[in-house]
Amino acid sequence: MARTASGLETALERIPALREEFWENGKVVGGGSELNQVLERAGRIADFLELGELMCRDALAREESCGGHFREEHQTTDGEARRNDADFSHVSVWEYTAESAVPVEHREHLEFEYVTPSQRSYK
Amino acid sequence: MNLTLHVWRQKSASEDGRFVSYDAQGIDAHMSFLEMLDVVNENLETGGEEPIAFDHDCREGICGSCSMVINGRPHGPRKETTVCQLHMRHYEDGDEIWIEPWRASGFPVIRDLVVDRSSLDRIIASGGFISARTGSAPDANAIPVSKANADRSMDAAECIGCGACVAACPNASAMLFTAAKVAHLNLLPQGQPERTSRVLDMVLQMEAENFGSCTNHGACETACPKGISVDFIALLNRDYLVAAVGRSG
Repeated sequence: MARTASGLETALERIPALREEFWENGKVVGGGSELNQVLERAGRIADFLELGELMCRDALAREESCGGHFREEHQTTDGEARRNDADFSHVSVWEYTAESAVPVEHREHLEFEYVTPSQRSYK
Repeated sequence: MNLTLHVWRQKSASEDGRFVSYDAQGIDAHMSFLEMLDVVNENLETGGEEPIAFDHDCREGICGSCSMVINGRPHGPRKETTVCQLHMRHYEDGDEIWIEPWRASGFPVIRDLVVDRSSLDRIIASGGFISARTGSAPDANAIPVSKANADRSMDAAECIGCGACVAACPNASAMLFTAAKVAHLNLLPQGQPERTSRVLDMVLQMEAENFGSCTNHGACETACPKGISVDFIALLNRDYLVAAVGRSG
């Protein structure tokens, strides 16, 4: 599951339109006073639209490859993930501000006192 | 293939339910029974009608969520097969299928084919566990256990808690379920310290949940998608007797 800047930007352009389509034209049958599996599924789609958009935004901001996050622009000559510890040794936490507003990124810096992270080798 | 379905529809626990007939058309033989219902539901939703509510999760025969009575048999006609693993190749064009929820006082209907099985959760909560702190992993074989007990416990542990046994039983008894849950712990070394209280507490909870009593029909074992044996009911009865006599003595 490789990610590219252009692919992520395209996704971020398209998701708001999908979300609007969902809220404008999504059809839920039945009411809210009895068990309603259609409503349940609609709720999940609403959540996944938000989560998907956030994942794209986070993946775009992290300009390195690390763990399950692989950016094609950041790989070694033999195709392995290339981390950038100098600039990205942090955990990102995104703060929701308002609907349709870009969330605010907070960075929790990672400090390694006794062990220096190095490039993993599978060879 | 085209089929005629008669499905139990019930809007909520407080309303009466009834059978409603549906045409299931263009059903592929490779579909599972639940996939067939998905197709029916998609057509209902497109037409603005409320789809048939039913429980499902793993859709691979292991979680115990899916639960429907098909032509009078819990999980349908195949032996040791959950309804999510029942495929439409076992049906023919023109077949008529009656689909109902689990029928038992201990499983009140929530909606259509969805019933409330929290009674089984309460039975587990009353004793279906061990209280020992596990600590760090012991050396292998530090606790000796006979292969016979280990195997038998594993057989009992195959119970997925779906409740088909209750649905099949003419008395809607939950004995096979309770027996499986008591047996898989009472057969193991870790289950010994609480063996007595476990069986007494779980049977007490089972009796408080509006289930019927066991009169040895055996329909439970036949309906069980994991093939749990009624021998475990015998084990439960024996453990219960020993525990009850021990307590009053």
